[in-house]
Amino acid sequence: MDEAARRKEHFQDEHVTSLHPNYMGVFWWLLALTILELICGSLPTGPTYPHIAKILLLVSMAVSKAALVALYFMHLKFEVRTLGIVALTPMILCAFFLFMLLPDSAMR
Amino acid sequence: MSQVATAGHVEVDTYESPLTPESWSKLAMWIFLAGDAMSFGGLLAAYGALRYGSPNWPQPSHVLGIAMTGVMTFLLICSSVTMVKGLAALQDGQPRRMCMFIGLTVLGGITFLAMQAVEWTHLIHEGLGLSQNPWGASQFGTTFFMTTGFHGCHVFGGVCYLSVILINGLRGKYSRTNYAPVETAGLYWHFVDLVWILVFTFVYLI
Repeated sequence: MDEAARRKEHFQDEHVTSLHPNYMGVFWWLLALTILELICGSLPTGPTYPHIAKILLLVSMAVSKAALVALYFMHLKFEVRTLGIVALTPMILCAFFLFMLLPDSAMR
Repeated sequence: MSQVATAGHVEVDTYESPLTPESWSKLAMWIFLAGDAMSFGGLLAAYGALRYGSPNWPQPSHVLGIAMTGVMTFLLICSSVTMVKGLAALQDGQPRRMCMFIGLTVLGGITFLAMQAVEWTHLIHEGLGLSQNPWGASQFGTTFFMTTGFHGCHVFGGVCYLSVILINGLRGKYSRTNYAPVETAGLYWHFVDLVWILVFTFVYLI
């Protein structure tokens, strides 16, 4: 048996016995975080709920939701590291661009 | 191929690499998505920079329909679940069940687009445009329509892409050992969902 055929057989066998992640569990987490986001977003800001706290809460919840989708629905958690690096690079660059733009905006 | 959906089993086979022929489509999709993420990142960074530098930027929650957009977000999350359930069904040797889930995903995408059309129509009738905004800074309309429109184009593309996958599935082209096209299409659809999660937070909630 050549290497390609052996590899194909290996994956076929593996997938027959594979278990899927708990997708419904991820769904309930996403739903709960979305409801929390809507609540945090609709609360009026003031001395007891500063605007910066609102931004931090909303951004951390959005990043958590995005991470859940990428890790479980896009299977990044179960992939080889190379794909993780491919996926993470634009995120780092986007954050870099955002923070590079902010000082310019603040000086207007 | 990778060890997708194998919870608790993360050991990498020496023959399994994203540079193996079976994974070209997946690797290509990931590279495309990385580039696409940069496009969305640029739009969101521009939105943030313009908003931060503008003194009369309207409060989005006062102008945009948050409740309806919340439902749209819920819809996309549900469609992501049906997509991943469809792939799981195919991997378990149930192609018919896969077709049902992909059909539901397409339906979710179409409903999302219809709701976005309703939202845009309402805002345009209120006077919001690419260069005009009755509630303050004109850049609000520009960035809003550009960002949500670009995402809407992606949803439309995803609906078309998944419709082709559905037709091929109904013709019996996929099986438990031939699911790479479905997995690749799923990656695109989940990316569309992931981006909306960020757009929803940055454009509608903050």
